[in-house]
Amino acid sequence: MNAAQQIDRDAVSDRTQPLLKVRGLTKLYGPEKGCQDVSFELYPGEVLGIVGESGSGKSTLLSLLSGRCPPDRGVIDYRLADTHKNAGQWLDLYSASEAERRTLLRTEWGFVEQNPRDGLRMAVSAGANIGERLMAQGVRNYQALRAAGLDWLNQVEIDPARIDDLPRTFSGGMQQRLQIARNLVSGPRLVFMDEPTGGLDVSVQARLLDLMRGLVRELDLAVVIVTHDLAVARLLADRLMVMRRSHVVETGLTDQILDDPQHPYSQLLVSSVLQP
Amino acid sequence: MNAATQPRPQAPRDEAYNFAYLDEQTKRMIRRGLLKAVAIPGYQVPFGGREMPLPYGWGTGGMQLTAAILGAEDVLKVIDQGADDTTNAVSIRRFFARTAGVATTERTPEATIIQTRHRIPETPLHADQIMVYQVPIPEPLRFIEPSETETRTMHALNDYGVMHVKLYEDIATFGHIATAYAYPVTVDERYVMDPSPIPKFDNPKLDMSPALMLFGAGREKRLYAVPPFTRVTSLDFEDHPFDVQKWEHNCAICGSHESFLDELILDDQGTQSFVCSDTDYCAQRVSQGRAVQ
Amino acid sequence: MYVAVKGGEQAIDNAHKLLAKQRRGDTSVAELGVEQIRQQLPLAVARVMTEGSLYDAELAALAIKQSAGDLVEAIFLLRAYRTTLTRFSASLPIDTSAMQLNRRLSATFKDVPGGQLLGPTFDYTHRLLDFTLLAEGEFPGPEAQADAAVQDCPRVLGLLAKEGLIKEEQDTGAPVADITREPLEYPASRAERLQALARGDEGFLLALGYSTQRGYGRNHPFAGEIRVGEVEVWIEPEELGFPISIGAIEVTECEMVNQFVGSATELPQFTRGYGLAFGHAERKAMGMALVDRSLRAGEYSEEIVSPAQQEEFVLAHCDNVEAAGFVSHLKLPHYVDFQSELELIRKLRTPSKESAQ
Repeated sequence: MNAAQQIDRDAVSDRTQPLLKVRGLTKLYGPEKGCQDVSFELYPGEVLGIVGESGSGKSTLLSLLSGRCPPDRGVIDYRLADTHKNAGQWLDLYSASEAERRTLLRTEWGFVEQNPRDGLRMAVSAGANIGERLMAQGVRNYQALRAAGLDWLNQVEIDPARIDDLPRTFSGGMQQRLQIARNLVSGPRLVFMDEPTGGLDVSVQARLLDLMRGLVRELDLAVVIVTHDLAVARLLADRLMVMRRSHVVETGLTDQILDDPQHPYSQLLVSSVLQP
Repeated sequence: MNAATQPRPQAPRDEAYNFAYLDEQTKRMIRRGLLKAVAIPGYQVPFGGREMPLPYGWGTGGMQLTAAILGAEDVLKVIDQGADDTTNAVSIRRFFARTAGVATTERTPEATIIQTRHRIPETPLHADQIMVYQVPIPEPLRFIEPSETETRTMHALNDYGVMHVKLYEDIATFGHIATAYAYPVTVDERYVMDPSPIPKFDNPKLDMSPALMLFGAGREKRLYAVPPFTRVTSLDFEDHPFDVQKWEHNCAICGSHESFLDELILDDQGTQSFVCSDTDYCAQRVSQGRAVQ
Repeated sequence: MYVAVKGGEQAIDNAHKLLAKQRRGDTSVAELGVEQIRQQLPLAVARVMTEGSLYDAELAALAIKQSAGDLVEAIFLLRAYRTTLTRFSASLPIDTSAMQLNRRLSATFKDVPGGQLLGPTFDYTHRLLDFTLLAEGEFPGPEAQADAAVQDCPRVLGLLAKEGLIKEEQDTGAPVADITREPLEYPASRAERLQALARGDEGFLLALGYSTQRGYGRNHPFAGEIRVGEVEVWIEPEELGFPISIGAIEVTECEMVNQFVGSATELPQFTRGYGLAFGHAERKAMGMALVDRSLRAGEYSEEIVSPAQQEEFVLAHCDNVEAAGFVSHLKLPHYVDFQSELELIRKLRTPSKESAQ
């Protein structure tokens, strides 16, 4: 049984409500450095791409959204999962305790770092990396952890025989896939990704994107992905937000923005990419 | 050796220093810390550790706790590696005999306070006894997370998944959990605690013990406690349960097969012999006629 | 008997006697007096007082004698004695601008109000062994003129502050914790950090300060001012309600001027690092000032990447009494732990049933 089939009837109404509501989010390090007045809603299973050149505030926005850095102003509300003890209630991310935020980050949420070294424990095996979230949730059966490790290596197309190998013996693309497995093992509903294909060769990127697209659909994940690469955005994102100098200058469906950009900056951004 | 097992009566104390060396304000401060520690089993309480006339790492934390709880009527036993006659045990026992003039003993059942480094006596403890442990590194998460700010947060948030990552890794690599001493425990189903560098052989003695267990880390300025009759469980997996060391040998002196044995190398050929690490336990068995012929 | 290997009381007594004998050396040579040490090894005395955090030259000299010249051991002796002392009062902040200067220099200005005063220093000596000292010759030169500065000598960094060129230090007025009474918790206040650094090992701070100069957390220092001299200590007893002077102590103070590029909301300004030590102890004061500044990285939103910038790393490891104790404890028996490890390693070397199949 795959995860998509697990979505029961309740989940149908679940899909009509947003997962994340963001209003007036602002964090400035200097004039037009950071991000300001960002508002949007994200629905279950939806992939939102944040695009823009470096320094436009994409990464700041991602840290704010993922609970890593409190904003100067603005509110982030997150609707808790049905499995949570406060099922379906809205959690104001920065009014919540650090304990609640941390729990979210290792259960219902995931975060895929640009550099897999920042998101993996490099000193322990692939299996331990995958098992960590389960152990944090109280799984105390070694064989069960082992089975989850083998299963997830399979799902991210890494040879399960490598379960006891250290991540540093993996290629960059494999490390990134391992990082994804480590996040997805807890069955998150929302995953943040920061330039996940950033440091990889073009051929490796394609394979990773393909895998990510498959997993996102299959697991019905909501994703906020930051990227400066419009090809990545086109392949993965349902919707795009274009950022420039701390402001969101345009939002819309991915195809709409890429094929018919309205804002002059979006037009510049799109035209600067070689069209196929 | 038998002569040494007689309790030594109270000796005149050195009047140049306050009773048990520390001033009364400091002792009061430590006792307040201890009350907090007993109230929150396994929680590391920061305390204003003082400079002691012994070097850091040689039991200054344990000594400060002992000084804070010691009364004139107490009978003190000090052990290091299970033995009463190791240099550090001798040095600390003399220190309190001199500064507090208290009676000292090597007999576990006679002691009211037992300060220890690295062992829990084999003889079962009783409710009138307090164990004081010398702790080098009180933080069980330290070797996974070097930052104190972060480890305190992890304790506060009950964020201990990473402890099992290490155990998982041991099993994946060696087929066993490869921690032999300072084996981490969960106290009262809440705080993960370092039981000090006792061999894991001694971990089961912490669970539901009738004695009060106090832990002092002088250099790190932390103290913590396990109150009597508190659940203390060693971290493990369901399918790789915690177990303790077993020896194929018996003690060469008293023949015990139940106690923790020290290995001695007798000659250049590497001929081994095994004897009890707990010298009092061993001596008592011999005096009861259990000596190996 | 086997247990004989475990040492015992007699061995300890003998070790103490041998130590006393080694300390005394050849008895045909006159015994070293505490007053001789105090008078003739003043720089060692200063270091022991500073890191022992007790201003008592006689006891520091005694500690040096007792420790046979092992200064870390002497610091330890003085600290252990200090613990037993009663606190009568906390002094008011010393006013180093009112110092009776013996030495003062600034590397930032050629001339400063009050002038530069070289005073006693090794700085310009040629490091050639002086064999007249070996011949136990008497002090040869003429009496140096005690040409004490009588002019006002305002602090150099104060002059920069008047122009707004250097960050003002704010006194929050909050009570200052005593790290020898209360445990240091992280993040520490600057007052606590400075206390820890003042007690910190000179060699460790020197090396860390040096590492910032070599690029590990570079902060472009200039020796704004170093002054050595006597300063009065005042206390204000509650029952009196006014301050009284209880004497004077010799201190060395170093203020470093460091660059700061400014931020989105602030114009560039200089910043400072501060060092203070008992007695004449310039190397210590300079090392401390460099490390104080590098530990302020967070305050100035600088990226924290190097050891000298990491508060927990520096403060947890700068104390030589703690460090020496913990390293030396490796000499204590570890039979039980080692036995456990032996047993474990043998077990791990036995092929498990699983892999044998």
